[in-house]
Amino acid sequence: MGLFQKHQAIERHSLLLTVGILLVVAVGGIVEIAPLFYLENTIEKVKGMRPYTPLELAGRNIYIREGCYTCHSQMVRPLRDEVERYGHYSLAAESMYDHPFQWGSKRTGPDLARLGGKYSDEWHVDHLRDPRSVVPESVMPPYAFLSDNMVHFDDIGDHLKALRFEGVPYSDEMIENAKADLVAQADPNADYDNQDALIARYEEAAGRKGTVIVGDYDGDPSRVTEMDALVAYLQMTGTLVDFSTYEADDLSNRR
Amino acid sequence: MKGQNSVSTVTKPRSSVTGSIASVATFVAIACLGALLIAANAVDPMMEAHAWVFFFLTAFALVAIGIWAGGLQGRNPFDETYYEDTIVKFGVAAAMFWGIAGFLVGLIIALQLTWPGLFYFPDLGWTNFGRLRPLHTSAVIFAFGGNVLIATSFYVVQRTSRTRIAGGLWPWFVFWGYNLFIVIAGTGYLMGVTQSREYAEPEWYADLWLTIVWVAYLLVFLGTLWKRKEPHIYVANWFYLSFIVTIAMLHIVNNLAVPVNLSGSKSYSLFAGVQDALTQWWYGHNAVGFFLTTGFLAIMYYFIPKRAQRPVYSYRLSIVHFWSLIFIYIWAGPHHLHYTALPQWAQTLGMTFSIMLWMPSWGGMINGVMTLSGAWDKLRTDPVVRMMVVSLAFYGMSTFEGPLMSVRAVNALSHYTEWGIAHVHSGSLGWVGFISFGALYCLTQWLWKRPALYSKNLVEWHFWLATIGIVFYIVALYFAGIIEGLMWRAYNEYGFLEYSFIETVEAKHINYMIRALGGGMYLLGAIVMAYNLVRTALGHGAAAGVVDPAPARAATLQPAE
Repeated sequence: MGLFQKHQAIERHSLLLTVGILLVVAVGGIVEIAPLFYLENTIEKVKGMRPYTPLELAGRNIYIREGCYTCHSQMVRPLRDEVERYGHYSLAAESMYDHPFQWGSKRTGPDLARLGGKYSDEWHVDHLRDPRSVVPESVMPPYAFLSDNMVHFDDIGDHLKALRFEGVPYSDEMIENAKADLVAQADPNADYDNQDALIARYEEAAGRKGTVIVGDYDGDPSRVTEMDALVAYLQMTGTLVDFSTYEADDLSNRR
Repeated sequence: MKGQNSVSTVTKPRSSVTGSIASVATFVAIACLGALLIAANAVDPMMEAHAWVFFFLTAFALVAIGIWAGGLQGRNPFDETYYEDTIVKFGVAAAMFWGIAGFLVGLIIALQLTWPGLFYFPDLGWTNFGRLRPLHTSAVIFAFGGNVLIATSFYVVQRTSRTRIAGGLWPWFVFWGYNLFIVIAGTGYLMGVTQSREYAEPEWYADLWLTIVWVAYLLVFLGTLWKRKEPHIYVANWFYLSFIVTIAMLHIVNNLAVPVNLSGSKSYSLFAGVQDALTQWWYGHNAVGFFLTTGFLAIMYYFIPKRAQRPVYSYRLSIVHFWSLIFIYIWAGPHHLHYTALPQWAQTLGMTFSIMLWMPSWGGMINGVMTLSGAWDKLRTDPVVRMMVVSLAFYGMSTFEGPLMSVRAVNALSHYTEWGIAHVHSGSLGWVGFISFGALYCLTQWLWKRPALYSKNLVEWHFWLATIGIVFYIVALYFAGIIEGLMWRAYNEYGFLEYSFIETVEAKHINYMIRALGGGMYLLGAIVMAYNLVRTALGHGAAAGVVDPAPARAATLQPAE
C-alpha cells in the first residue's frame, strides 16, 4: 500500500519522527485547553469572590502540604444527591483565584467545597486532633501536631506578591499589611482598628458583607498556630458567592 | 550517518572521550555550586535540607567521576565496539529496589485506611496518609516505572540500532540525575513539599532538575538513533521516542509555576481554577498515556518478540496503532472532570476521544498477543512469556474499562469512588507491573549471560501470587466503589438521602481488608522475584555458567536482535 510505503521516510529519519510526534500530540491540548483562557462563558460572572486573606491562604497551604486533596474533593457536581448532601453545585468562578485548584479526584472523605460554616470551630479542632473522637468510624489521620506548630508568616507578603503576579487582584494595601492582617484575623483581642481594616479591605474586594470571619479558631488566642490557619480556611470554603442572587445564564450551566 | 561509518566510530578520537567526561563533570559542578548557594540562603528548612542533599550527592558524584577518570589510564571507557550494558544492570537493580519500596508504601497506606487506629501515629505527622500517598504513586510510577523505562530503552535502542549508546558519560548523568530527582521528590513529600498536582507533586526546583535530565535523555536517545547501523528505526523506538518527547511537553506545561522565593520550596501554579484543572488532567491522563502506556508498549514490541522468538504480528498494524494511539490519547484528559465546572463542550470532547481510544488500545494489544502465533506452547512452558501475555490481557481489560468509565452517565457513579482506584490498579499492577517484571526477568538473564533464570518455579510462584493478589485487590475495590457510589445516591421512601457519608465509609471496611491482602500478595511476589533475580545474577541454580563470555559487541553485523 502506498501510504505504508511513505511511512518508510519517517522510519528512516529520526528528526522527522520526532517532529511528527510533537505535532500529533500537540493538537489535543491546544484545542481543549487554549479556548478556556479566552471563551468568556468559561467562568461565570458572580458576586462575592475575593482573594484569600493571608490567614486563609496560609491555611490553604497547610491543606495542600498535608495532602488533603488525596481524600477530599472540592467540587460539588450538579447531581440531585450531591446538591442535597453538600449544597449548591460548584461554579468555575469559585476557584478562579485558586493557584493551584483543589477539585480533587477521590472521596475517601466527603466533599469539602461547602464545608464553611457547617460545623463549629471547636468541632473542627477536636476532629482534626483526633478524628475518631467525634466520628468513630472515620479513617482520617490525626492532625494534633497542627496545634503545636506556629504559622511561619514572615514572608506572607511575598506569597501575595507571587499570586498578584499571576493575576490574583491583591492590592498594594493588602500586600503591605499582610502580616498584620494575618495576626488580626486569628486573634479576637487584636486591635479593633486592625480587624476593621482587614475586613474592609477584603469585603471591598468581595463586593459584599459578611465574607471575612475574625476569631480565635484553635482555642488559644495567645498565638497563631497552623490549626488556626487551617480551620480559618475550612470555615470559609464555599461561602463567598451569594447564591441567593446567582442565576445561571449560560445554557450549559442550567443544570 | 547510517551504515557507512562503522569503522570511523570504532576509533573515536581521544578528545571526544574526555569531552563527555569533562562536560558532565562541569555540569555537575555547576549544579553542586548552585545547591550550595541555595543552601546558604534557604528561607525554609525543607529547601535547606534539599539543597544540602543535592550539594552532597553532586559533590560525591564529582569525586567519583574524578577517581574513575583518573583510573582509566588511557583506556577508552566508551569503546564503540561494545554495548553499554553496565548502566542497564544498574537500571534493573534500581527498578527492583524502588518497586519493592513503592509496593511497601502502598501496602502501608492500604492498612492505614483499614485499621486507622493501628497504623496512624499522632506524633509522626509525616507518616499520615496524605503524605505517603504521593510517595506511593511516585515511587511506583516514576521510580519503579521510570527506571524500567530508562533501563529497557537504553538496552533496546542499542540492540535495534546496533550501536553503542551515544553521549559517553551522559547516559550515566541521565540515570543518576533521574534517581536524584526521585530522592528529592520522595523526601519532599515526607516533609510536606508538594504542588498538590497528582503525579506532578514535586516542587519547582525538582521539576527544573528533571527537565534538564529529560533533555539529556532525549539527546542521548536521539544521538544513539543518529549513529544507528540499521536503515530503519525499530517500532519499539518510536514508542520510546513518543514517551520521551510527550512527557517533556506535558511536564513543562503542567509545572509552570511562580516560586515565592528562589531560595524557598513553595511555588504557586501559574494557572488557576478551571484552566489549572484541565491542564493538570491533560497531564495526569497522559502521564498514564505516555509514561505508563507508550513507554511500556515499547517494551512489549521488543521483549515479547525476543522472548517468544517470533516476529511482531503485523507491521502495518503497528503503524496504525502508533499514530492513532498518540493522537487520540492526548484528548482524553477531560473525562477526569465530568460534571465539574469545566465547560461541557470540553467534557464531551474528552468523552468522545476516550471512547475512540478503545480501538488503538486494542489494536496494540492484538499486535502483542498475536505475536505469539506459532509459539502458543510458550504460555505453558515459559512463565516469563505468560507474565507478559497476561499483562496484555490486563491492558485490554483496563483499556476497555477506561472508555466505559469516561461515559458521563457511568462516570457519575464511578467518579470519586474506589472504582477509580480499582481501575488504576488493574492497569498498573496488571499491565505495567507484569510487562515490567517480564522485561526485568529477561534482562537479568541476558545481561548476566545466564543460560536460564535461577528458578523457574519461583517465577511460577511470583506469577500466581501476583495474579491472585491483583484479583483480590481489584474485585474488592470494584465492589467497594459500586457500593459506595450507589449508597451516596440512595434515597429512602420519604425522599431523603438514605445514608450519611460515614456509613458509606464503614461499608467498605471488609473490602479494604481484602484489598490490603491482595496488595500484600503482590508485594510478596515482587520480593520472591528480587530473590530470584539476585540468585540469577550470581549464577546459582539453573543460572550456573555463562553463555558467550565475551562482552556484547556492537559493530559487527549480526542477525537482527
